[in-house]
Amino acid sequence: MSPVIELNTISKVYAAGTAAEVVALDQVSARILRGEFVAIVGPSGSGKSTLMNIIGCLDTPSSGSYRCSGVDVADLDASARAELRRTQIGFVFQGFHLLPRMTALENVALPLTYVGVPKAQRRERAARALQAVGLADRAEHRPNELSGGQQQRVAIARALINRPAILLADEPTGALDSHTGEEILALFEQLRIAGHTVILITHDPAVADHADRTLQIHDGHLVEVESKEGA
Amino acid sequence: MSRLEALIGAPTEASALSGRATLFDILGMAIYALRGNWMRSTLTALGVIIGIAAVIIMVSVGQGTQARLDETMARLGSNRIEVMPNFGQSRGVRMGAESSFSLTTRDAQAIRQRIPGATYVSGMIRGGTQVIAAEQNWSTQWNGVEADYFIVNDWKLARGDTFSDADYRGAATHAIIGETVREKLFGDSDPVGTMIRVGRVPFTVIGEVAPKGESGWGGDMDDVIFVPLETARRRLMGQLEMPPGTLMRITVGTSTADDLPEVESALNDLLRELHKIEPGGEDDFRVRNLTELVGARTETTRLMSMLLAAVATISLIVGGIGIMNIMLVSVTERIREIGLRMAIGATPGDIQKQFLAEAMLISLGGGVIGIAIGVGGAMLASRYGSLPIELNLQVILLATGFAVATGLFFGYYPAQKAARLDPIEALRQ
Repeated sequence: MSPVIELNTISKVYAAGTAAEVVALDQVSARILRGEFVAIVGPSGSGKSTLMNIIGCLDTPSSGSYRCSGVDVADLDASARAELRRTQIGFVFQGFHLLPRMTALENVALPLTYVGVPKAQRRERAARALQAVGLADRAEHRPNELSGGQQQRVAIARALINRPAILLADEPTGALDSHTGEEILALFEQLRIAGHTVILITHDPAVADHADRTLQIHDGHLVEVESKEGA
Repeated sequence: MSRLEALIGAPTEASALSGRATLFDILGMAIYALRGNWMRSTLTALGVIIGIAAVIIMVSVGQGTQARLDETMARLGSNRIEVMPNFGQSRGVRMGAESSFSLTTRDAQAIRQRIPGATYVSGMIRGGTQVIAAEQNWSTQWNGVEADYFIVNDWKLARGDTFSDADYRGAATHAIIGETVREKLFGDSDPVGTMIRVGRVPFTVIGEVAPKGESGWGGDMDDVIFVPLETARRRLMGQLEMPPGTLMRITVGTSTADDLPEVESALNDLLRELHKIEPGGEDDFRVRNLTELVGARTETTRLMSMLLAAVATISLIVGGIGIMNIMLVSVTERIREIGLRMAIGATPGDIQKQFLAEAMLISLGGGVIGIAIGVGGAMLASRYGSLPIELNLQVILLATGFAVATGLFFGYYPAQKAARLDPIEALRQ
């Protein structure tokens, strides 16, 4: 299978050349194949969120090259990167990033708007996605009326509404009870079986165990790559 | 959480997600955002509301006044010069009574003979009196005129006949009445052939002139009776002690407006000569050209329009800056929303359009409210300020265009700022 994510000696340096210079990523190289379920594990401040932003085409590396689905992201302008995200990537952010003035249903439906799905269909598909994550009765609630776990499920439903080829999830089980967390991880495994590439970012090795492969990041270095047997 | 399977399916091909948010969707998002903060949106639109209301009132009153002036010009007859005695003060002393009687039939005759451009000349005297017909009486104005008077002033007959030469020469007690007088004395019945008394003198009504309506100065032009000049002199002037041959006014008509300046200057020279006024001495008559009079009114209207235009421009600029200010605040407040929208695939162009749409909708909404207020204001001005107005679709479209343009112009910079945000920075807030 072709690599869908191809990182070649990626570095990300903040405030380069000043006393406050921070090297968030240092010469990171990795390849993730289509249909893999990969966990990126590291303590906070290790650079894993920076790596996720670069993989998600939200950020650009200071040096090195990144090819997403065979396209060199360095060659893309802001609009083309937005198109890549729109058509290939679903995000579950650590802070959920639900829009506070919109209902759960409208939040889930938002990505459909940007790919031109008509309104009636948007609502119908969003309602089904909410039902799937067990929030059918919360559809008209705003995020501030939902618990952390419910908000996280809304965020997951939103990330999956377009069935993106790549799912990037940052601590997607952080706000969930262990039972619901297990269900979500089982969902990710099923998505992988259905052909999605799932990239999970976590500090929890137990969560990372669900992945086929774990990349460990420490102080901006990708220090270890371990694979499950048989994967 | 038992139905998670519904979320599972083969990944969607990128090509199947190639659709884009339609302009309609983006407008929908903008409306959604504005509704969530409707109080702020309304207050932001206030400047535009005032500006557009001013535009509407300005244009409708301006056009209405112009139309009224054109109409008045047509009604009064535009190729017309009026000569009147000068009642002005001279060397601080009110001039003697004889100065009020400075115009005479001799002057009118001389004008007829010696000024070729003066195609029509009519002397006139007038006064006020009671007119009585049967049981009805009415207080009105009588005008003693000559034949040219009707031509120069564009009076047309509605009924009956005009005065014959014999009427003028023989000082016949014939009268032609205006519509208002006919209504007051006869109601809707035909007055021709009826006897009326003007003051104490009996007259026969031989005609009625077609109505002219209100004069440009608010008077009722149809509240009038015409009689031959000689008749007026002999039968109605008794109570006014005036020297024989005196005229209160000489109306001169030219064939074309181009002749007016030449005739006007010839009139001045001729009358100074006839009245033996030394060079440098003050005229005992005044020559008034109607075009100048209307011109003065046009000038007033123009000044008023300019003032309103200034108010409208300033309001629109202030309103536009208000919109820009609030949109900048809004961009800062919603920076996470912008970051999230970008993360899920909104292009900078989509973000720009959304914020432009919001600014445009604020000012368009303000424009619509402004149009309503402006139309209402113009109607009130016409009703209680007796200002003529003319409202038409062009004015409303123009105002709408101004509103939209204000929103787009002043919304551009905030929208650009939103579109240029780095999604990472925006999400980090």
